[in-house]
Amino acid sequence: MSQTPYSPLSGARTLPRLLSGISRKRPRGATLVAAIVLLLIVAMAIFAPWLTQHDPSEIAPAQRLQGMSAEHWLGTDAYGRDLFARVIYGAQVSLTVGVGVALATLLVGLPLGLLAGYFRSIDAVLMRFMDGLMAIPGILAAIAIVSLTSANLWTLMIAIMIPEIPQVVRLIRSQVLSIREEAYVEAAQLMGTPTLTIIWRHLMPNTLAPLIVQCTYICAAAILTEATLSFLGVGLSSETPTWGNIMADGRTFFQLKPSLIFWAGLLLSLCILSINLLGDAARDALDPKMQRREG
Amino acid sequence: MNAVLKVENLQVETVGGKPRSILKGISFEIHAGETLCLVGESGSGKSVSSLATMDLLPQGALRASGGRILLDGEDLLQASPARLAELRGSRMAMIFQEPMTALNPVLSVGRQLDEVLAQHTDDNAATRRQRVLAALEQVHLPDIERIYASYPHQLSGGQRQRIMIAMALLLEPRLLIADEPTTALDVTTQHQILKLIRELQEKHGTAVLFITHDMGVVADIADRVCVMHLGTLVEQGPLREVLSTPQQAYTRDLLAAVPSLTPRAPRPASGPRLVLDVAELHKVYAGPRRLWWRKRSSTAAVQNVSFQLYEGRTLGIVGESGSGKSTVARCVMRLIDPTSGAIRVRGQDISDLSAAALKPHRQRIQMIFQDPYRSLNPRRSVAQSLIEGPMNYGVPREQAMARAAELLSLVGLPEDSLQRFPHQFSGGQRQRIAIARALAMEPSVIVADEAVSALDVSVQAQVLALLDDIQKRLGIAVLFITHDLRVAAQICDDVLVMQRGQVVEYGPAQQVLGAPKADYTRQLIEVAPGRSWDFAAFAPAL
Amino acid sequence: MFSYFIRRLLTAIPVMLVVALSVFLLLRLSPGDPATIIAGDMANPEQVANIRRALGLDEPILTQFLLWIGNLLQGDLGTSLISQTTVSSMIAQRLEPTVSLALAAILITVLIAVPLGVIAAWRQGSWIDNLVMSVSVVGFSVPVFVIAYLLIQVFAIELRWLPVQGFRGLDKGLGEFLSRLILPALTLSSVYIALIARMTRASMLEVLREDYIRTARAKGLSQRVVLFRHALRNAAVPILTVVGAGFAMMVSGVVVTESVFNIPGLGRLIVDAVLARDYPVIQALILLTAGLYVVINLLIDLSYAITDPRIRY
Repeated sequence: MSQTPYSPLSGARTLPRLLSGISRKRPRGATLVAAIVLLLIVAMAIFAPWLTQHDPSEIAPAQRLQGMSAEHWLGTDAYGRDLFARVIYGAQVSLTVGVGVALATLLVGLPLGLLAGYFRSIDAVLMRFMDGLMAIPGILAAIAIVSLTSANLWTLMIAIMIPEIPQVVRLIRSQVLSIREEAYVEAAQLMGTPTLTIIWRHLMPNTLAPLIVQCTYICAAAILTEATLSFLGVGLSSETPTWGNIMADGRTFFQLKPSLIFWAGLLLSLCILSINLLGDAARDALDPKMQRREG
Repeated sequence: MNAVLKVENLQVETVGGKPRSILKGISFEIHAGETLCLVGESGSGKSVSSLATMDLLPQGALRASGGRILLDGEDLLQASPARLAELRGSRMAMIFQEPMTALNPVLSVGRQLDEVLAQHTDDNAATRRQRVLAALEQVHLPDIERIYASYPHQLSGGQRQRIMIAMALLLEPRLLIADEPTTALDVTTQHQILKLIRELQEKHGTAVLFITHDMGVVADIADRVCVMHLGTLVEQGPLREVLSTPQQAYTRDLLAAVPSLTPRAPRPASGPRLVLDVAELHKVYAGPRRLWWRKRSSTAAVQNVSFQLYEGRTLGIVGESGSGKSTVARCVMRLIDPTSGAIRVRGQDISDLSAAALKPHRQRIQMIFQDPYRSLNPRRSVAQSLIEGPMNYGVPREQAMARAAELLSLVGLPEDSLQRFPHQFSGGQRQRIAIARALAMEPSVIVADEAVSALDVSVQAQVLALLDDIQKRLGIAVLFITHDLRVAAQICDDVLVMQRGQVVEYGPAQQVLGAPKADYTRQLIEVAPGRSWDFAAFAPAL
Repeated sequence: MFSYFIRRLLTAIPVMLVVALSVFLLLRLSPGDPATIIAGDMANPEQVANIRRALGLDEPILTQFLLWIGNLLQGDLGTSLISQTTVSSMIAQRLEPTVSLALAAILITVLIAVPLGVIAAWRQGSWIDNLVMSVSVVGFSVPVFVIAYLLIQVFAIELRWLPVQGFRGLDKGLGEFLSRLILPALTLSSVYIALIARMTRASMLEVLREDYIRTARAKGLSQRVVLFRHALRNAAVPILTVVGAGFAMMVSGVVVTESVFNIPGLGRLIVDAVLARDYPVIQALILLTAGLYVVINLLIDLSYAITDPRIRY
């Protein structure tokens, strides 16, 4: 088809370009606070052994359900374990799962998305398969995978990762589909650049910005899913200090002692919130038009 | 007589911490029945002036910071939002550039016209319907009952623009603002729409504020002209005066840059060598398969196109949208595969070569694209873009870099441009880089697909001069695809006119554009805007 | 319109096949052997072999798959390994709480989220926009079970307005029914409100930049007409898409909410089945949920055709 004699000369068309960057004002403060909170949580996870001398898994029936004290800063749980130690060690699992899943999803999803976007033959089959995967709600798939295999950190991360992959593949694919229409990709074709080089040199770098944003959201979602699985009792074994496990343990005595749930819930929420806020900030910085992850 | 619209020292600036001045105090007035053209290149502020008048400046981004806008003596900048809403649509109305996007896709055309009346009058539904149908009749739309019930996507661009005009004139406003209303349309449709605006204006005595970048359109419709540049009003006066005796240097340069419709004299072929020979090219598109047991519909985008291009010559393919001219270009480049026919580049038929067999021949034929903002990878430096092609063909890096530096100076860019990135260049500069990139492959043929259509007229003139110069020096053949007869007349030796996928006329430019044989070519030339005036000569055309 | 519908329907078939295959393989290829689990720790190999034969687990894997699909198509979802009742009857028993919960949550979401999103987009950058956006980020980030406990703490324990947990069917009276539904429904809708409000805002902002909105304003139409007649209808398609994609989030929310509030619904059923390794129940529930997802998205695709005349071909 022939192009319409389009011309950006008219002011009406150049106006949006003129205005980009002027009209966006966002609270920088929230982003800064989010970054600080996240740094504190990361530091807490790394320096956990130095922050407390208690073993988070050490059971002491004589000291169950104690209140706050100099010995037990946040008191103890129903098994007499030190709550403060459990809460700060809980950050380790959450952050490992979050970062691990985000990176793994990126490594698997990026090549699949690039291939699906560029090669029509691969696209048809792969995307039907991805549609099928998308149809299984992530939490159910994760529950099933974890419960069928023995739950350890690896199976847990794989179980959380698999339902996230279709999202990334779809995102990359749609990016590639629009970028490959750009004249510079056609120009590269005309200059005899080999197909794989075109994908690597011209397509991949231009899909990275939205991908990074998506990965922060996946990181937050993975932390959330891990906590949910633990909370439902189908995650890592209940001795392991994870925020979800702590809350699951606290359920029985919740009405008696809300703090059993409170601290883990607070840190979990703060952690996810900070990552989401940083994701929003990255999105606004990289591409104001990109929309938030769906689902 | 009092002016319908009187703009006094209007200033517009950006909203935010550091306000930037977009309009630096402009003044003009329009009387009933008069057409005032605001003309200028991109960034001149012509659209902002019209949006300010309608109170349609993008909220939170631009605001009127000073001056007065008087509509029949009432200052619009002081009016309440409710009063402005009352005036919009009834006393002043506007039509926009993009008829394809200016109508709401999910509401029927009739409903969109009807709501203007529902908003501003007390008519009952039956009366409103009668008035809307009458308005559709007035803009010469066929089968108005069907159009009334249609949705915008079922109508052509020209029809949609007629509907916009009908909508704007429903309540017989005193002022009609037309912001590039014909820029997105083909010349034939543009001609009809301009005629329609003129006709309705005479009938209702409307004052028209017409915004355009096209001097040809100005010459055809304006009573008076305001030339704008970078937010200021450079010059204003009656049409004839501005065109024949421009007072300001800027106006003179602007007029001088408009290409003439008179075709250039053909150049002698610089060599006898035939570099591109296209024979009986066909391209048929299969329509989408709705359901697998139904047959696909198919459209012939290009039928039986043949032409020859010799070394050092320029062949223009001219046509309106949908004529198949770009499809020809893309087939020749093998960006799409032709259905049948031969494409011989320096004797070698490339029409059915496999990707691998094609590679050695790709080098011989390169392309320049329409949109300079999309033809360079934003993440790669100019040097990287320029050496990519040669290195694919085994040129060592240093040699390719040295060549890239030479090419940059050839296209008139400073040498330090090599390490810079596309966003640091203007549209015209990017198009120069794209030309350098094509030249780096040392091609025999360059295909330029609407390569200057997206550029301002002064930049366009420079790029055309560059192409001409390069062609002289290097003896390259150029296949130039354009919808613009003026551009074709200025740079082509031969012209091929296409309509609905077929060749209408093919021959030397002087003959095809000077003494056309085909009706269609003659009609195209007749509707070319401003053909009564030779801008560069500041005098009527001979 | 008809051919559009048929094509949409046809694309659902491969999707369901992929789902069925992955669910089947997931459960068959995973390390645990169902027969061993049913037989219990004390069983001897012969007993295990008998159980395996009874379940058809000694057949080739393809035969097993075809048998299973065949049964599914006849409406036989299988029989629980633990309770020995049919899966369909177990689902039927648990349907009412889950459906009430989901419908109540969707109703709350639509009533709150869409107007909030529209207002936030209309007044972009204002305090109300900032408030809606902040609340939605928080709602999106705070896990469902944390919100659940906050609501319980405030409304059930401190204020004592509503019961802490449990479920009463509609046949026990509307008051009983609603008082136990309010907190779980609010909990479940919190994430959804955040999601839909954000999407409505983003979609509206996109549409408000369109040329036809400028045309509508140039006609002198009132702000309300421009927002709701011209903008919202065009913004509807992305919003509906998110409603469909958010289904996965809804499922996760239902599972957690039912667990926290001790509601005997489908979410509890699947958690119990997983803990007991009751494979037929797990298989059937995942497959049904996926089927529901496909149906919902099919309906949403059809609703595009109603909102947008360009799709009616």
